Amino acid sequence: MSDILSMTAVAARQALDNKTISAVELTEAYIKAADDTADNNAYVLRTSDKAMEMAKASDKRLAKGEAGLLEGIPIGIKDMFCTQGVETTASSAILKGFVPPYESTVTENLWQDGAVMLGKINCDEFAMGSANETSAFGAVTNPWTASEGPLQGKALTPGGSSGGSAAAMAARSTLLAPGTDTGGSIRQPAAFCGLVGMKPTYGRCSRRGIVAFASSLDQAGPITRDVADCALMMTSMASYDSGDSTSIDAPLPDLMDAFATAKNAGIKGMRIGIPDEYTVDGMPDQIASLWETGRKWLEDAGAVCVPVSLPHTQYALPAYYIIAPAEASSNLARYDGVRYGLRVDGASLDDMYAKTRGAGFGDEVKRRILIGTYVLSAGYYDAYYIKAQKIRRLIQNDFTNVFADVDALLTPSTPSSAFALGDESKDPLSMFLNDVFTVPANLAGIPAISVPAGLSSDGLPLGLQLIAPSLREDTLIKGAAILESAAGFDHVASGAAS
Amino acid sequence: MTDIATSPLVEGRTGQWEVVIGLEVHAQVSSQAKLFSGSSATFGAGPNEHVSLVDAAMPGMLPVINRFCVEQAVKTGLGLNAEINLFSVFDRKNYFYADLPQGYQISQFKDPIVGEGSLRIVMADGSTRDIGIERLHLEQDAGKSMHDQHPTKSYIDLNRTGVALMEIVSRPDMRSAAEAAAYVRKLRSILRYLGTCDGNMEEGSLRADVNVSVRRPGGPLGTRTETKNLNSLRFIQAAIDYEVARQIEIIEDGGAIDQETRLFDTATGTTRTMRSKEDAHDYRYFPDPDLLPMIVTQDEVDALASALPELPDDIRDRLMGEYGLSTYDASVITEERDTARYYEAASDGRDRKLVANWMTVELFGALNKSGKSLENCPISPEKLGELVGLISDGTISGRIAKDVFADMFETGKGAAAIVDEKGLKQVSDGGAIEALIDQVLAANQDKVEAYRGGKDKLFGFFVGQVMKQSGGQANPGMVNQILRSKLDGA
Repeated sequence: MSDILSMTAVAARQALDNKTISAVELTEAYIKAADDTADNNAYVLRTSDKAMEMAKASDKRLAKGEAGLLEGIPIGIKDMFCTQGVETTASSAILKGFVPPYESTVTENLWQDGAVMLGKINCDEFAMGSANETSAFGAVTNPWTASEGPLQGKALTPGGSSGGSAAAMAARSTLLAPGTDTGGSIRQPAAFCGLVGMKPTYGRCSRRGIVAFASSLDQAGPITRDVADCALMMTSMASYDSGDSTSIDAPLPDLMDAFATAKNAGIKGMRIGIPDEYTVDGMPDQIASLWETGRKWLEDAGAVCVPVSLPHTQYALPAYYIIAPAEASSNLARYDGVRYGLRVDGASLDDMYAKTRGAGFGDEVKRRILIGTYVLSAGYYDAYYIKAQKIRRLIQNDFTNVFADVDALLTPSTPSSAFALGDESKDPLSMFLNDVFTVPANLAGIPAISVPAGLSSDGLPLGLQLIAPSLREDTLIKGAAILESAAGFDHVASGAAS
Repeated sequence: MTDIATSPLVEGRTGQWEVVIGLEVHAQVSSQAKLFSGSSATFGAGPNEHVSLVDAAMPGMLPVINRFCVEQAVKTGLGLNAEINLFSVFDRKNYFYADLPQGYQISQFKDPIVGEGSLRIVMADGSTRDIGIERLHLEQDAGKSMHDQHPTKSYIDLNRTGVALMEIVSRPDMRSAAEAAAYVRKLRSILRYLGTCDGNMEEGSLRADVNVSVRRPGGPLGTRTETKNLNSLRFIQAAIDYEVARQIEIIEDGGAIDQETRLFDTATGTTRTMRSKEDAHDYRYFPDPDLLPMIVTQDEVDALASALPELPDDIRDRLMGEYGLSTYDASVITEERDTARYYEAASDGRDRKLVANWMTVELFGALNKSGKSLENCPISPEKLGELVGLISDGTISGRIAKDVFADMFETGKGAAAIVDEKGLKQVSDGGAIEALIDQVLAANQDKVEAYRGGKDKLFGFFVGQVMKQSGGQANPGMVNQILRSKLDGA
């Protein structure tokens, strides 16, 4: 059994093609793994019967030689993706009981490619959070534990908002996991859980059918065990969708080919920028030194690393925490108790709204709706929203300028490793700081990837981030392949199923 | 040359007042599908039958612009001689209401698709006024709340939700209710010629919000009120008249006008407060991040411009210039495309001015009286032309023609056929007319004496008697001429 669970998706696909395992066997192994690791609270809904049906159908297609790219691969779906006939809540009480009569484009792509649905996965409520603690289903526990130091013996966060997805990946209760990333929600949990997480170029993956948080920043992407799986899964998830006006009609580079090229030939001549501004106060030495090590790994593979400056970086986080709540305050207006989801009756329409939204939304969601409503209000709009948009443009310009000279940027993924559950949720501001390295790529709409690069002194995963220009996911895959080989990260979480 | 209309003033207790009116017209775009979803935009389906996942604002559902609606807006802009903005932006107008599923209306706030233009209205006295258009933008309609279906619940119909509207905002250039009505009529006419809105006010395809204020002539602008959602020309005028009287009375009593939104009560013809300025929504407009800025190319605009139909003003100018029609007749005839087409067909090869006269007076009068429209008019344009032809060539007199017209309207028969059938041909035989005149003079010797004694006015009496004797068929010109020579020459 453990042999099955230790296979990557690429390896599992080969095993399925070679008939050394069947899709049913693979799916059964993951259903059992999810049973065994249920304590981490990663799944909010299991669809095991559906999974077995889909696995049987995959086996038939495999037998007929009609296998798709992800044929027979069991996948748990972040609850932000609408899934037809399967309850979808965005981990919010306001959507409890909501069963979409439609499928998100991204998950539809996965099913079209033969993937098997294991269930729906926990996340921060409406993807608003960095510790998966804002979920109406409760927090998710990171399968990783500290081997020493003050965190030893404490339950740790898997990060957020795709915390459940990263925890399920680290626990090996799903083989692949689609996430959504608005300010780092794929990369930060991937870093905290020793996984690869990519936020592609804005518009690569259709937003159609994904519960919206902040429309101009939301982007789906893969969380995977390694870089090859990332290339594989990204290839399935990405598509041009006329149902999403911000979808990009440009072909995805051949990511599997990019991966093979980097593995075989290195990245000779690739220019990597090391942004000065990503050295932040209070960053642990081990993260600074890992960053330095990452630079050497890339240089060893033939890259040229140069210092670069992104002068407006310090304004990215404040701008993000204006723009994202502004859009969220409007996007979440539709949860009003009128048509679907929770309704708490009231004496008047306004009273019904207040009671429904008061009962249905958690504190973090309410906080962001209030912030967003405030920054869009008459008299504050120019000072906050417009100023934040100007900063956003300056940040985009920063990236455009450096990408005239370099192919990608190397930064840490997060300013720390996983922290204890409950530690930071009382202080929203320090929680926001988790996103300091990941937010700029969302503001600029450019692709970025987090790769596991080592363990902290207390045995917790740390990630390095690569950021590339728009549409150059291939550059990310190449650089990530080098980092991955050099790091040789083969640690497994103590809470992983076996 | 036409006269520019002067501002009609209203007399108050303390002097004269000038009325200032601006209109926001919501015109439903003629389109099969809604603005951002594929669902049908047609009228008359059962409740909630035309609702897509996007219209119902299901989680994760996204708007996608219907380019046809954009073309319709551009065409309308061209028809209003307006600036077309090649770059425009859709914004979200945020407010909560039960029939607004998204919790926001997608509209255009800062960067509308159409900028400044103008439209010319013609008043009944032939004077004209150019009314400025400030902007035209595209937006979604909301759904419909029904509060009278259940004792304690409201029902929601989302069929209208997401239907494309053009909001056309005028400058505050109108000075009377009549001008406002003329503006809406003219706007509706242009929209119908263009085929960009059916202009059907009863079905709600065209609604107006009316901004009204009063001031001393030439003085600074007064505080305005906005009366919402007027769906007939009559209501627009009634609401304005009521507001003008109300505002003047308040000011003359020493009060001040509150800037507020008001509702018109169609039953009483009065307006009442809907919400005051303090309760005004903060709509928190911001660019809709689900939609990219809308780009229209100059080539697209040029292509639409070259395919634009002849518009009422163009036709009106032609009717005035080529056919010599009066400004008013030409305006009335060109207000509707069907009327203009009817006129062109009826007057082809006939006396153009006479046809115009017959159309605007007799035909419109008869249609009005019978409640019929030009669409189901019993008299075809060719038949009306035929009737005018019979007048022009002296076959029948204008008076007889009125009887023939009435018969035609009743039976749908041709003019010549009725004239033949009823023997109504005009008598232009000098001998026959002279014989009739002799009879009349012989029978009224006393009046002949009186006439010759200086009572000139009796001439009309003799003409009338002769016409009566002839059953109206005597050629009036000849009657006049022969009678005059007999009375004056003897």
